[in-house]
Amino acid sequence: MSVSSTFSEITHPPAPEIHASHDVHDHPFYQRHHFETAEQQREAAGFGMWLFLLTEIMFFGGLFMAYLLYRNWYYDAFVAASNSISVPMGLTNTIVLITSSLTMAMGVWAAEVKNKKLLQIFLLATVVLGFAFLGIKTGEYYDKFAEHHVPGASFSIADFVNPPAGSKEKPLPMDMAKKTEVYFSLYFAMTGVHALHMIIGIAILIVLLWKSNSGVYTSGYVQPIENFGLYWHFVDIVWIFLFPFLYLINRH
Amino acid sequence: MSELQKTDNGEQAIALSNKPVDRHGANLDYHDAGNVVNPEHIAHHIVSPVMYLAIFGVLMIGTLATVGFAYLPLGPFNAAVAIAIACTKAVFVVLFFMHVKYSSRLVKLTVVSGFFTFLVLVIMSMSDYISRAWGQW
Amino acid sequence: MSTIVSLPDQSTATLPKRSYLNAEHGLLSWLLTGDHKRIAMLYLVSITFFFFLGGFFAGMIRLELLTPVGDLMAADTYNKMFTMHGIVMVFLFLVPSVPATLGNFLIPIMIGAKDLAFPKINLLSWYLYMIGGTFVLASLVLGGVDTGWTFTTPLSTHYLNTHVITTATAIFIAGFSSIFTGLNFIVTIHRMRAPGMTWFRLPLFVWSNYAASIMMVLGTPVLAIAITLVALERTIGIGVFDPAKGGDPLLFQHLFWFYSHPAVYIMILPGFGVISEVISTFSRKRVFGYTAVAFSSVAIALFGFFVWAHHMFIMGVSNYSALVFSLLTMLVAVPSAIKIFNWSFTLQKGSITFETPMLYAFGFIGLFTIGGLTGVFLGSLGMDIHLTETYFIVAHFHFVMVGGMLMAFLSGVHFWWPKMTGRMYPESISKLAAVTTFIGFILTFFPQFVVGYLGMPRRYHAYPAEFQVLNVLSTAGATVLGVGYLLPLLYLGWSLKYGAIAGNNPWQATGLEWQIQSPPLTENFLETPVVEWEAYDYEWLAKKQQAELSHV
Repeated sequence: MSVSSTFSEITHPPAPEIHASHDVHDHPFYQRHHFETAEQQREAAGFGMWLFLLTEIMFFGGLFMAYLLYRNWYYDAFVAASNSISVPMGLTNTIVLITSSLTMAMGVWAAEVKNKKLLQIFLLATVVLGFAFLGIKTGEYYDKFAEHHVPGASFSIADFVNPPAGSKEKPLPMDMAKKTEVYFSLYFAMTGVHALHMIIGIAILIVLLWKSNSGVYTSGYVQPIENFGLYWHFVDIVWIFLFPFLYLINRH
Repeated sequence: MSELQKTDNGEQAIALSNKPVDRHGANLDYHDAGNVVNPEHIAHHIVSPVMYLAIFGVLMIGTLATVGFAYLPLGPFNAAVAIAIACTKAVFVVLFFMHVKYSSRLVKLTVVSGFFTFLVLVIMSMSDYISRAWGQW
Repeated sequence: MSTIVSLPDQSTATLPKRSYLNAEHGLLSWLLTGDHKRIAMLYLVSITFFFFLGGFFAGMIRLELLTPVGDLMAADTYNKMFTMHGIVMVFLFLVPSVPATLGNFLIPIMIGAKDLAFPKINLLSWYLYMIGGTFVLASLVLGGVDTGWTFTTPLSTHYLNTHVITTATAIFIAGFSSIFTGLNFIVTIHRMRAPGMTWFRLPLFVWSNYAASIMMVLGTPVLAIAITLVALERTIGIGVFDPAKGGDPLLFQHLFWFYSHPAVYIMILPGFGVISEVISTFSRKRVFGYTAVAFSSVAIALFGFFVWAHHMFIMGVSNYSALVFSLLTMLVAVPSAIKIFNWSFTLQKGSITFETPMLYAFGFIGLFTIGGLTGVFLGSLGMDIHLTETYFIVAHFHFVMVGGMLMAFLSGVHFWWPKMTGRMYPESISKLAAVTTFIGFILTFFPQFVVGYLGMPRRYHAYPAEFQVLNVLSTAGATVLGVGYLLPLLYLGWSLKYGAIAGNNPWQATGLEWQIQSPPLTENFLETPVVEWEAYDYEWLAKKQQAELSHV
């Protein structure tokens, strides 16, 4: 005991008192012991979430780098392959995802104004829209499987060498047609990693929805909802770039 | 704490602001969440649903515009327009849905540094790919 | 400038009744702990295990190279040996070494906080590390992997039938462990500093870990995606790096080195921090040019992201781009040199004593300088083309990583051991170990500069007979080095039970961590300290001691 008391006398000069003003205060239930104030905890958590999103930027960044390179190298193959995927489905999914971003943002607002019912409605809407997105995405993947456009052993370039009747596409030379596999590799890698983020997001959302029953998020403890919102919006931003990059390279 | 403060040397110093300082004039308030002078803090702000709806509208218009412009024959500008629209949409999401407009400078700097590092990756890698054929004619 | 040394008499020191070590009992209290100090100890034990595992592979490599012909093991076994050596040492030892053990233990205490910002994520990061390590062990048990730690495509994607995916998973998971450690540090350093602990009062150890953390957060995910694409290429045959499908293997190199070059600085920067603390403490002087040393860490972190293609000069990158990367590489020498100069000036006119951590620190400065300077040779285009893929490279990065980082790690472990455990280790044998390590190291790796310059390529299990003398020297040195590393394991373990009680501040150091009891309480500080002194203020320390004496 003697050590710490002498130390505190050295570090706390007796006069004038320079104690930080909030030495005495009541702690909200969610404040962890090593934070001095709930506000400090909230800002730390928000900042931590942003740092995590930095890693996400760089994670997707590697894929976008690959996309940029190959799109420039194999432009014709990318155009042809891009035109083989469905704009209506992509557009629908974009709208679904942006709407889910809106409901998520509204969820954060509901938590901030401490309205439990609204929070649960918005979270549920976000879950539903998330599932809708994944459903449509599954449909698109299914089409690609049926068309043998999934890279790997069963990949076929027939559609690009001999476009089906009624298609506006010009046939590609053999060596360029082969490069469509690079496009589809990136298509599946990028949308796949994105979808994986959606799945993880939906799982967390369901947990949040379940825990929100107790009213824990609508009594001042907004942080989990807010941080999850950041994650969800980030996943939305990735799609905002994926949609034009993958679906709309050169439509006509 | 705006009253006179005594320093160790017995001198009297007037604290210029109302935040506590030590005898070297260093701010003791770095961990005080209420202090908006500190670049790492900012008062908490609740964005209104009306704002969210407005941003949602902007994003929808942007989405439709992306598709619309994609079908116009603009040559190389198709890509430029698509990227411009996508970036604008992303900025709106980051600023309003993700509250960065109302966040501390620290968070703003964090966001910027993420995109900066991504640009470093792209630009430095592309510098290799673009200049590979130079001097080989 | 420097205050006269009077190290405290330890015969009167007693162990505190209550500390983080005996706050709770039982294995579960360790495995489920949120205490940064306990997690640091978990890390210390686990990285020590992986260090000796990696060391075992190194020993096998050196044994094979004792003779020019490949007689001890087959060529592909040898490939697995150096691959496992690299993977274990880089991802499971060097990257987490100082940050996850010493950094975890000390950063919250140094800035006057009760814990890291996210204790649960800190624990999660240790579990991820252990899962990653388990995957590495699994790939080892299943038969090993022989890609080299660089996973070069298309070798790793198309030509090998070893356990690439298992190892890739290991690195992916261990990478997340590193990301979470870095994230935790950054948030803690920004948000949890005690009142008065301004940025320029932070110990330099905190600065250098902060810089390393930034690189962990920004660099590691790029490795994660690169390695994911390799795994996808092996499993379902996507074609991002596959030249047969139109992919570019060099893109893998770009993505891989975008992380793995900064990773070199992730490994060495925390070591710089340790050396700053040790040099200042044992010369009883404020670090010369504190601000310059602090900013040079940040500068290294920044420049680190602009130089990666110097690993690819002979792989067919553009000549013009190579020129730019070569020049930028030279730039890194500037902040590194600033550090070396400033440490030297710190020593000047200091009252220097030669405790064990200081011996390791001297070893660090010498060996790191050689390692760093040969890095400048390698960064220059013409030399690099001659020296790439020879033992010159091997010697260069071992001088930086082993001569630099490992020396710094051991220096730090010896420096903070009394704080972590409350006990001292036997002084004379630890000095012997430090000297043994230094001699063993020089003997092992200096001949490799020569043999590499003469043209002996790396990663082969046989070599022309003319290189044998130097290789025998190297293997002999490795044996000495092995002894040098085993000694600390033995006497540090011994000291846990039988070591002399250390007392709070056995080195008379100024950091906040030395002003609290050793081993510290679970909550570190009884009340939040208010920091009113600059870092490395030995006059403040002297006054404080005086006050304590008169108080008693």
